[in-house]
Amino acid sequence: MSEFDRRQFLQLAGVGGVVFVSGIAGAVRAADPMSPAGYDDFFFVQLSDSHWGFEGAPNPDAKGTLPKAVAAVNALAQAPDFVIFTGDLTHTTDDPKERRKRMAEFRDVVAELKTKTVRFIPGEHDASLDNGKAFKEFFGATNYTFEHKGVHFIVLDNVSDPGAQLGDAQLAWLADDLKKQAKDARIVVFAHRPLFDLYPQWDWATRDGAKAVDLLMPYANVTVFYGHIHQEHHHMTGHIAHHSAKSLIFPLPVAGSQPKRTPLPWDPAQPYRGLGFREVEAELKQAEYVITELPVQQA
Amino acid sequence: MSMIFEVNRRGFMSTAGALALSSAAAYAFAKPKPRVIKVVAKKFEFVPGEIHVKQGESITLQFTAPEVPMGFNLDDFKLRADIVPGKVTTLQLTPDKSGSFTFLCDVFCGTGHEEMSGTLIVS
Repeated sequence: MSEFDRRQFLQLAGVGGVVFVSGIAGAVRAADPMSPAGYDDFFFVQLSDSHWGFEGAPNPDAKGTLPKAVAAVNALAQAPDFVIFTGDLTHTTDDPKERRKRMAEFRDVVAELKTKTVRFIPGEHDASLDNGKAFKEFFGATNYTFEHKGVHFIVLDNVSDPGAQLGDAQLAWLADDLKKQAKDARIVVFAHRPLFDLYPQWDWATRDGAKAVDLLMPYANVTVFYGHIHQEHHHMTGHIAHHSAKSLIFPLPVAGSQPKRTPLPWDPAQPYRGLGFREVEAELKQAEYVITELPVQQA
Repeated sequence: MSMIFEVNRRGFMSTAGALALSSAAAYAFAKPKPRVIKVVAKKFEFVPGEIHVKQGESITLQFTAPEVPMGFNLDDFKLRADIVPGKVTTLQLTPDKSGSFTFLCDVFCGTGHEEMSGTLIVS
């Protein structure tokens, strides 16, 4: 399927009002069939903030939205190389038993994804009340790295500490990992919270996030994808792009646009408005042609 | 001549020092003590949730948390503290600007954490 066809498909494949977002070479933008066609080296899907277990007026279809998103990903004409959930898989609860029940249910729902590789990182709702204990039982490590088709992916945990810090140990781990990378390595970072001070008045920050950004700064090709703020947002710290994803439960207001950080109300006329997931296409290189001149006859 | 000058200067300096000390002492007596405002950080609200203060007024915020660890973050004044049960945590503030400023708990404390905020009103 060509780029144009796939984008057209994505627009038609909306679940309810799910909005699809497409990104090229780390620059995320809304799907636009008039965009110049690129080619796919690979793409992945980012889903975020499903808050499984949430009940309330901001989403009367709380139990149905995540399954719909799973079905939408499965319906993509081209399967992504992998899917990643960037935190707040479950809605917080003070009861450790209930937390595990929600994680088990979430795991069962996303087990329906046809994509073979599905990765997870925690959000504060999953991990801040028990330092990530339950999350690790279900989904494994909270920070890790992996390689995929020439891209170095780094997953950071800025939520298991209830004070929203990466902590010195993780920063040292990050520094150690980065030392092994070339300065022009293609690096993608996933985190739940923004690594920069987006709006600390609403807790949209990581207390020591600037230290991570400082460590990443010497590297020329770094892009950060995160969740937490339940809306699309794009920000640059120097040459490093930071892109937040929409949620799969309810949208939150633009930073500082209202006195309280309360969810935007559900609109029955436009159900699922403001919710969605994104695909990110990674174009690694332009085509390269190796030219070798040959004589008519070998000497 | 120079010696005399030196002695005179020392004498002048000691006199000036004494004056400075006495005026500092007088100022300390004259300066009002910061107003103490006690704030309880409980699940999931600050009590009081509104703090009123005049611009330029010095206050001491005295925090306690009866249940679980909490945080206080008033980003507009770059003021924050961890509030640990069993301890009184104090912060000093002399606001240099007026307006309404949101403060919040920045230590994830439970199901109602995201609603745990308050307002500093500086008039």
